[in-house]
Amino acid sequence: MRHGSREYGFWSVGIALVLVFAMLPIVWIISLSLKSPATVGDGRFLPAGGNWTLDNYKTLFEGGFSGSPFIHPLINSIAIALISTVIAIVLAALAAYAIARLDFPGKTAILVGALAIAMFPQISTIGPLFDMWRSIGLYNTYPGLIIPYLTFSLPLAIYILVAFYREIPWDLEQAAQVDGATPFQAFRKVILPLAAPGTFTAAILVFIFCWNDFLFAITLTSSNASRTVPAALAFFTGSSQFTAPTGNIAAAAVIVTVPIIVFVLFFQRRIVAGLTAGAVKG
Amino acid sequence: MNAAAGRLRLGGGGPAATERSREERRLGWMLCAPAVVAMLLVTAYPIFYAIALSLQNLDLRFPDQTSWAGLTNYKTVLTSSLWWTDVFNTAFITAVSVTIELVLGMAIALVMYRAIFGRGIVRTSVLIPYGVVTVVAAFAWFFAFDPASGFVNHLPLVPDDKAWFGGRWSAMSVIIMAEVWKTTPFMALLLLAGLTTIDAGLYEAAKVDGANAVQRFFRITLPLMKPAILVALLFRTLDAFRIFDNIFIMTRGAQNTESVSILGYNQIISRTNLGLGSAVSVLIFILVLIIAFVFVRVLGVRMAEGRPGAT
Repeated sequence: MRHGSREYGFWSVGIALVLVFAMLPIVWIISLSLKSPATVGDGRFLPAGGNWTLDNYKTLFEGGFSGSPFIHPLINSIAIALISTVIAIVLAALAAYAIARLDFPGKTAILVGALAIAMFPQISTIGPLFDMWRSIGLYNTYPGLIIPYLTFSLPLAIYILVAFYREIPWDLEQAAQVDGATPFQAFRKVILPLAAPGTFTAAILVFIFCWNDFLFAITLTSSNASRTVPAALAFFTGSSQFTAPTGNIAAAAVIVTVPIIVFVLFFQRRIVAGLTAGAVKG
Repeated sequence: MNAAAGRLRLGGGGPAATERSREERRLGWMLCAPAVVAMLLVTAYPIFYAIALSLQNLDLRFPDQTSWAGLTNYKTVLTSSLWWTDVFNTAFITAVSVTIELVLGMAIALVMYRAIFGRGIVRTSVLIPYGVVTVVAAFAWFFAFDPASGFVNHLPLVPDDKAWFGGRWSAMSVIIMAEVWKTTPFMALLLLAGLTTIDAGLYEAAKVDGANAVQRFFRITLPLMKPAILVALLFRTLDAFRIFDNIFIMTRGAQNTESVSILGYNQIISRTNLGLGSAVSVLIFILVLIIAFVFVRVLGVRMAEGRPGAT
């Protein structure tokens, strides 16, 4: 099929607009992170005369583990998101296996219930959690965040996993056993390779959700002992009380953003599949 | 149709099949139990707890003065103009941002579906906002518009000293733009999934009958995508109604830009007034139930077709 140059022009403009809008804030925050307090207000994407500086990054890590405003929250973010993801995926995989493969009353109710919980207003649980966590000692701890993260991580994981597990030809397991494989071999050599990609995709998306959380992180923590990066950013004060912490916030933002973007782009096909899994009836 | 159910059909009715189906039912419930119990523990239990808190005079600054309050907390909230301003702000931000997202998302979905080149680039760039933490994006937009560090005021036609966060509607516009930036990708991907289910033969037939592109969009694409659009709207509406991160970072609710979630946070965490704050929480929960009810009952969204995933 041949297309006119007008059509090419039309699509080019559309694609360019999408690209610029998507990249704009990222490019801007990277630019800010490389500016000095003297040039931070110049409004330019590229500093005059190539005046880049890495000072904003250096001050983030100054003072080591206890003195740095950033290292501790970064470790908290990684640990809390990882642990939450593992717990959610294990619990959800059991449920999703049952829903995809077994026949039992109530499975539609479980799916609809999970969906309802995904839309639950998280602010409504803040008061009770704040009160309970303070009285049982979970306030400002890792479990104090990991438990509430189940409100969004579990429904998301169950939904994606059910959609993926429904596509698996489970009969292959029996076929392998007929061919002489033990049940464990059949599971490990046949089912596991089929289930792993979907499970991995669900894990990526759950991780991104936990990594993104802000509401629970600022309400249920009070210090860097368990504060995650998004919450820590909101309380950044900068290296001196006379300069706005713009550059430091930008540098910290770049550090927690760029790896995730690279990761997302690397696994983009899977992520699109995961995001739209089950969106279309099937 | 899953394999186990198929097997059961074949076995049909005999005592062995009944025994097996009973076993299967037990196994199914056992496997689902941990996830179901966990989900109820982190949502249903706190909601009942919040209702209990909302019926008390409970301020953590004066714990000895705790007493039964009945419905006075609700009366206080519902008669305060701040609550109604915040409900309006939240509804306004939700309505405007979801509308823009729907139009933009549909345009991007069409580009991803129909573009004669560059589909990969669009999909890649659309996924970028999805991977960016909302707080980071909020800071990026804040710094872009803030006169002290931004580039927006250096653009032509924009006054150099425009204080975007000094006025209600200009601050609101930036907040809405940040919301749209972050969540349009999800909308676009959901709509793309809906687009791919439409039978291409319909377009060919319409073309043969002389329908132009605009007619084909309004007569074929839109009607057939109605279920997908409604599900996407339901999810995005309820998600946008929870708006918190962007407002917290950009204005903290100043200039009359406060949302109901910010109000709840201020009452519970900043003022440690658990009684009043919980009344706000319960009222937000009721509002969300009403919105969901309208979508499901009035607009006929089929919950079983939807899925979570919006940020």
